[in-house]
Amino acid sequence: MPKANIYWESFKTFFKIGIFTLGGGYAMIPLIEEEVVNRHKWVSKEELLDLIAIAQSCPGVFAINIAIFIGYKLRKLRGALATAFGTALPSFLIILAIAIFFAAFKENRIIAAMFRGIRPAVVALIAVPTFRMAQSAKIGWTNCWIPVVCALAIWLLGVSPIYIIIIAGLAGYLYGIYIKPTES
Amino acid sequence: MIFLDLFITFFKIGLFGFGGGYGMLSLIQHETVERAHWLSTSEFTDIVAISQMTPGPIGINSATYCGYTAIHNAGYGELMAILGSATATIALVLPSLILMILISRLFMKYMNTRPVRSVFTGLRPAVVGLLAAATLLLCNPENFSTPIVNPWQFWISIALFAATAFGTGYLKINPIRMICYAAFAGLLLLY
Repeated sequence: MPKANIYWESFKTFFKIGIFTLGGGYAMIPLIEEEVVNRHKWVSKEELLDLIAIAQSCPGVFAINIAIFIGYKLRKLRGALATAFGTALPSFLIILAIAIFFAAFKENRIIAAMFRGIRPAVVALIAVPTFRMAQSAKIGWTNCWIPVVCALAIWLLGVSPIYIIIIAGLAGYLYGIYIKPTES
Repeated sequence: MIFLDLFITFFKIGLFGFGGGYGMLSLIQHETVERAHWLSTSEFTDIVAISQMTPGPIGINSATYCGYTAIHNAGYGELMAILGSATATIALVLPSLILMILISRLFMKYMNTRPVRSVFTGLRPAVVGLLAAATLLLCNPENFSTPIVNPWQFWISIALFAATAFGTGYLKINPIRMICYAAFAGLLLLY
């Protein structure tokens, strides 16, 4: 294979990954692995697993985080810009097209009726992962007060989720140091 | 200056958006709906629905859409609204760019140490609370109507909520398919 421009190549690859992620999140991991490990051999499989673990715990959009890691590894800042841009661009263009279209058809009676049905369903789509995440965060009788207090503070008192994040991170840090210094 | 405000807001969301797309939704909602009043709750819910149904990460989709709608609602034209969506999207990605590069260059070896792990351990239960708060804030008359104003729509909405929760949570039906069912039900029952 002739040596193609690496910026263009990595941009294209992550553009593809951006397009084929439906519903977001972790459905894209197999595709990333196929493209980045098997096809282009930009990172090894072990390395990718490490990057995934870090990208998941860091703030921001998971797919973008992974893209930046790999782009940066390939060609530093310019590589990271190419992959991040590639991941975000399909979303950006598709949403923009829909936003322009939807702004014109929002008042349409048929569309309005459909969205009256969709809205309660979407609330359920956010409610369900709450419980799923509670399971994976190992929420039980001893620590269920934490999410409850956080939720009530945001819901009833209007506290910004940003403060909740900062306090929770700090509390976890202090807890790890002073109360439970051993946790594997 | 709404563009600067938009940039700062989505930069903050990118910086503190832990817990994947759904965790981030809670921040987006708080900032754009509750604080800045750029969008109404029903507009935000519509944006989540569309972000869920279109390809691409939910965080990017909703930032792009919120940026567009915020500027549009502020009375600007199409071109400015497109600029708004670019502003929001770039601002959301920027903290990731800075953080991931810092981690790549300097902190990779610290990521698996005890203090860092403790921070993440503390964040996890809080993110569950963030999601719960997002759900509770969306359970309002704009999305469900009320038993007094429109009992028919209210009870249909409750039924659609329950059906979707059961369908995606228990029967593992694809969320996109559930949204399509709900749209169809809305068309038949809430026209």
